This record gives sequence, structure tokens and C-alpha cells, in this order.
Amino acid sequence: MVKVKFETPEVRPYPVIPILKPDVMKGNGPFVAKPPMQEALGYPGELVDNWQEVAIDKMGDLLGKYRSLRVYLDSCVKCGACTDKCHYMQGTQDPKNMPVARQDLLRQVYRRYFTLPGKLFPKLVGAKDLTKDVLDDWYNYYHQCSQCRRCSVYCPYGIDTADISMAAREILDTVGKGQKYCNEIIGKVFKIGNNLGLPEPALRDTLEGIEEDIKDETDIDVRLPLDVEGADILLITPSADFFAEPHVDGLIGYAKVFHQAGVSWTISSHASEAANFGLFIGSYENMRQVALRIREAAIDLKVKRIVFGECGHAWRVAYSFLNTLAGPFDFLDQRYPIPQHICEFTYDLIKQGKLQFDKSKNDDRRMTFHDSCNVARASRMGDIPGGQFMIPREIIKATCNHFYDMPSDTIHDETYCCGGGGGLLTDDLMELRVKGALPRMEALKHVVETNGVTHMAAICAICKTQFSKTLPFYGFQMDQIISLHQLVGDALILEANDN
Amino acid sequence: MGFWTEFYALSFYLATLILLAGLAHKIYQYAKTPAPLKVPTMPAPLTQRGVVLRVLSEVVLFRSLFRANKWIWLFGMLFHAALWLVLMRHLRYFTEPVWTWVVLIQPIGQYASFAMMIGLVGLLVRRIFVERIRYISSPSDYLMLILLLVIGGSGMMMTFVAHTDIVQFKAFVLGVMYFDWQAIPTDSILLVHLGAILLLMIIFPFSKLLHAPGVFFSPSRNQVDNSREKRHVAKWAIKKFESK
Repeated sequence: MVKVKFETPEVRPYPVIPILKPDVMKGNGPFVAKPPMQEALGYPGELVDNWQEVAIDKMGDLLGKYRSLRVYLDSCVKCGACTDKCHYMQGTQDPKNMPVARQDLLRQVYRRYFTLPGKLFPKLVGAKDLTKDVLDDWYNYYHQCSQCRRCSVYCPYGIDTADISMAAREILDTVGKGQKYCNEIIGKVFKIGNNLGLPEPALRDTLEGIEEDIKDETDIDVRLPLDVEGADILLITPSADFFAEPHVDGLIGYAKVFHQAGVSWTISSHASEAANFGLFIGSYENMRQVALRIREAAIDLKVKRIVFGECGHAWRVAYSFLNTLAGPFDFLDQRYPIPQHICEFTYDLIKQGKLQFDKSKNDDRRMTFHDSCNVARASRMGDIPGGQFMIPREIIKATCNHFYDMPSDTIHDETYCCGGGGGLLTDDLMELRVKGALPRMEALKHVVETNGVTHMAAICAICKTQFSKTLPFYGFQMDQIISLHQLVGDALILEANDN
Repeated sequence: MGFWTEFYALSFYLATLILLAGLAHKIYQYAKTPAPLKVPTMPAPLTQRGVVLRVLSEVVLFRSLFRANKWIWLFGMLFHAALWLVLMRHLRYFTEPVWTWVVLIQPIGQYASFAMMIGLVGLLVRRIFVERIRYISSPSDYLMLILLLVIGGSGMMMTFVAHTDIVQFKAFVLGVMYFDWQAIPTDSILLVHLGAILLLMIIFPFSKLLHAPGVFFSPSRNQVDNSREKRHVAKWAIKKFESK
């Protein structure tokens, strides 16, 4: 556990635009990946000698592969619309956490090496040589971006800092300066099958333990099957769901829903992880390789459908990229969305009247809902735009009597990141995580004081872990964050069935 | 003919060439560069028609900017909308006979210049006095606004204070267009006005003014939300991963 040596930001009584405190978050950034972690992902073990040349070449390569990067680096007019929109900017007040300033760390180099004015008049247009200082700033500040895309909502050109920070991290990896947290985890996924390095026997044990817990509590046999060939549904869920609190209560919720729906389903030990940190490091290749495990598992287990558990960035990769990276999924049942979110699955059953709830079971909870950034701004649920906002709320309302939304500029596509997304959910970034949680904590405090809200539900493993850790810094209890499917599981009226 | 006539006529050709070739090159580059992943900022339209409306709402109404910051939106909108009116009014110097609708908007176009200047001054004042915007500004960001203020200011001087010989000027413009050069009036205000415009045309394809074509190519705004229904793969990705 890292010793905490910083002050939690004051919760502001009303929204104010923060005053800049230059360089307050300057530093060495998160722990750097060790050589074996780098090499496992196909990157050099440590900073290569000709890193400058390699970095510029990589930037050129990415400019040719990603229209987003090309257009975004050219188009910014420095209007300032994004400058107060980032939660890290609000929480830290470091000007380099303004989205445009974060982009400019890359843009200044782009201009110097790839544009005529930058080559001729660097000072005039804010172009800079790629020096060691600039590289260090990249490493530090591109690991203070959770790639939540809130800035892109407000940008008149839709410039998405997430895309820029992914490109920057890919360049950093390519020169041999990767981040330990992300790269170590991707290595574990390749080697063992999930982020936590939980091997198959341990996973089997864990699932059996959960079955026993449910049996003790409800006296009903709810199964959590592993590697069952021929099951209808393959559940891909973040590995935190297997044992972390409050995640596991969500997994219990999904199991109860599957049980009550009477469908056959299975978890795969080969793809026992929904998360895909390849996204965070901006690596198409790694992201693709992680995604292919899911395709392999689906083929091996001969399933008809793929359902994803509660995980924000995993749902982004699943919804937006899975078809691209690991498709086509012509061997699955085409009558269902491929892939489907567990919330879509549950909501469909609720609409069909197949799930009955005793809402009073949740009467000790007055709920609010945290829209996870990747679900809100990078994916969809259901068949209408904005279904990703409506469906989780409808599920909460179907299972709870008390639901209150946080202020409108902090929810839906204007939601604030939890402060731990994008590969930053590591103890060596604790100060950043606590400070980045500020805007969400302020919004939560508002509904706690106004509506007596007691709990916040989330549908993302990172959000849940992050809030469990950061809520106490703001005077809340760590168990005030819960899984959405815990509400479902607790209120669902179960019947014994034959399977 | 005189030095100024030759200088401005030749500069006009050069600036036009740089503007058109530069823009064509950039647009070609944007169009050719693949977008390998579906990255629309959600919620996004489910149809191509919806995407057209979304992009139009950004281009015409600055919808996202409106959500972000009402002051920047107001000044930006004043400047851009007025600039269009002023530009359309200026068609009268390039056409003979002048099209009827250009004649009709002449007074609106003249007074729109005030709105344009208010917008520019507003943006410049924000750039100087708002700490966050000052922090992100390079010298070129101020100079761009100043250049536009010079263009607008000199133009307004000629409209409202010290008229130039507009008949002779139009003869010069048409002469340049049809390669039959006529003398340019040599009032200094006109020369400053034209010089600043030519400079702007030359800078355009190398500067942040590329936001004009860029906004149409922004993947976060111009993609359809249909990734589950339709497989989207870039050619380089197929070449690298899927062809054995």
C-alpha cells in the first residue's frame, strides 16, 4: 500500500473554474514496465538509444494509419472549450491536464517534424523538438488521462484526447517506455487468461464457492458453470467480478438472472476476462490479440451468444471493436445482438415480464447511478441512441423504490470519469485517482444532501474498485458503491428450476 | 501598369494556387487516411442520414461548442456567420453583372462586418484575459486573430470612412481573373486589406484554419453507430492480420 502524502481536494460548494497551478502534477509518472513485461508485448525492454528517431517514425506511422490522429492534430484552434472539462484538471488544477494542453504535448512535436510552419518558425506556432523533457512530460501527463472522452463531447471538432493519449502511449511503448500496470496485466491475460492471473483451478474453486454462498442465502441451486461445451451463452466478465467487492455481488446477480431465465450459460477459463487493456495502450495489435481469445472461447465452447458483464472499457471494445478485431461472428445466433450487454439481457427479460422483483428488498438503499465513461460515450445498449443511459436506469427503477439522478451536467454523455479508468487504476497513481474523483464526489454529495441518497450503482469494474478506494477520502463509506446487478440479484424472486 | 498592380496580380495567382493546392492535398490526405476503429462520440446517429445532420449541426450551429461554453460560442458564431455574409457580399467584385441575390444582401453584408469585428475582439479579449486560454495560446493564435482584425478593420474603413475607387478595383479583379490586367487603385488601406487576405490564403492550408475541412473528417462526429451490425475493418488491418 502506498503511503498517502497529499491532500484530498476540498469539495466545492458550487462549480467554479479552477485557477491554474502550473506543474503541480509534474513528476515521473506511474511505475515503468520492466523489460520482460515490455518484451512479452513485442516492445523493446527499455528506452532505446535512438528513441527520438524511433518515436518520430512511429508518429509518422500512426498518422498514416489513424485519420483521427491526423485530423485532431491539425484541427485544434485553441478555442478553450475543453479547458475546464477534464476531471483531472478540476481535481489537480495542473494546466497540462487541460485536454488541449495534454494534446499539445504531442501536437507541438507533430508541428515541429510534420508541418511546414513548425519546421520554419517553431516558436511562432508553439512547435517543439522532441527532447527528453518532452518525452518525460508525455509519460507523465499521458498517464494522467483516463481516456474518458468527456472533452470530446464539447470540442467543436470532436477532438478526442483519448485517441491522442492512446497514440502517445503506443509511441512510448515503441521506444521502450511502457507503463508497468497496463503492460504487466496484458502479459497476464496472454499467459493465464485474465488480468488477475487467476488460473483455471482457482477460478473453478471460486465459482463453486459463490454457488455455495447463493445456496446458503437463498436455498436455491444457482449454478456458475465453467467451460461447459454447448452452453447457449458465453459470459465474458471482468475478472474482478470473481472475488472483489462489490463486483462479486454483481456476478451473483447475473447468475441469478441466467438461472431465472432458464438459459444455459458458461464462463470460459480461456477468456476469463472481459477487460482489454490493449485499448489503454493504444495498441491495435495487442487489443486484437486479447479480443481474439473471446472468439476462440466462443468457437471452442460452441456457444450461440456472447454476453458481457459489467465493465466499462470492455464494453467499449466489445460493442465498438469486437466485430472489427475478431469478427465476423457468423457462427453465432444472429437473432441476438453480438455481443450483448448483461444489462440488455436483463432489461429484455424485465420487458417480457420474465423476471419478478420484490423491490422492498432494496428499500434500505436510496440509489443514484454513475454512468461509466466508456459505456456512456463510446458504446451503446439497446436499439436507440442513448439506450446506454436509459437501460441501466430502467433496471434500477424496476428493482428499487428510490432512485435519484445526479445533476444533469454530470450524467449521461456529460458524465465524469470515476478517476481510475484508462489504465490508471494502480496504487502508484493514488494521488491522481483521489483528485480525479473530485467532480463525481461533488455530484454524489449533492444527491446525498438533497435526496438522501445512500448508494451509487455502477456497471464497470474499474469504477467500482476506484470508488471503493476513493469514497473514504471524501467522507463516504467504501461500501456505498455497488454493482447494478447486485440490486437485481437482491430483489429478484428466484424459483428452483431443474438445471 | 505599375509595381503594385503586378505585385498584387502575381500574388493573387500564387496565393490562390497555394490555397487550392494546399487544401486539396490536405483533404486528399484526410480522405485517404483510414479510420480503423469505430469511434463516434456516443450517443451517435444510427444512419448515414443522421450523421449528415450531426455534422451539419456542428458546422452550422456549433452544437458541441454551445454545450461547452456560451461565450466562446457567441463570439465564434458572430464571427463565422458574419464572415459568410461579408464573403458573399464580396462576390460583387468578382462577377459582372452582379447576381441579384448578391445585390440584395449588400447592406446586410456591410453591417455584418460589425458583428464580425465584435466576435473577433471578443475572442481576442478572452485569449488575453482568460487564464486557461492564455496558457494554451501560441503567438500564432494571437496573430491569426490580429490578421483577421486587420482584414475586417481595413475593409470597414473602406466601406464606411475612406472609400477606394471601387470601379477601378473591380476592373483590376476581373482583369486578374481573365488575364487582362488593369491597374489597381493604390490607396494604402486597400493594399493592406488585400495583402492581409493574400497572407491568410497562403497560411490557410498550413495552420489551424484546417479546422474548416477537418470538422468534416472528424471520426468522432462523422461515423455511424452500427458496429455490431456491420463489420468495419481498415485495409491495413486486413493486410496485416487477415490475409495469410
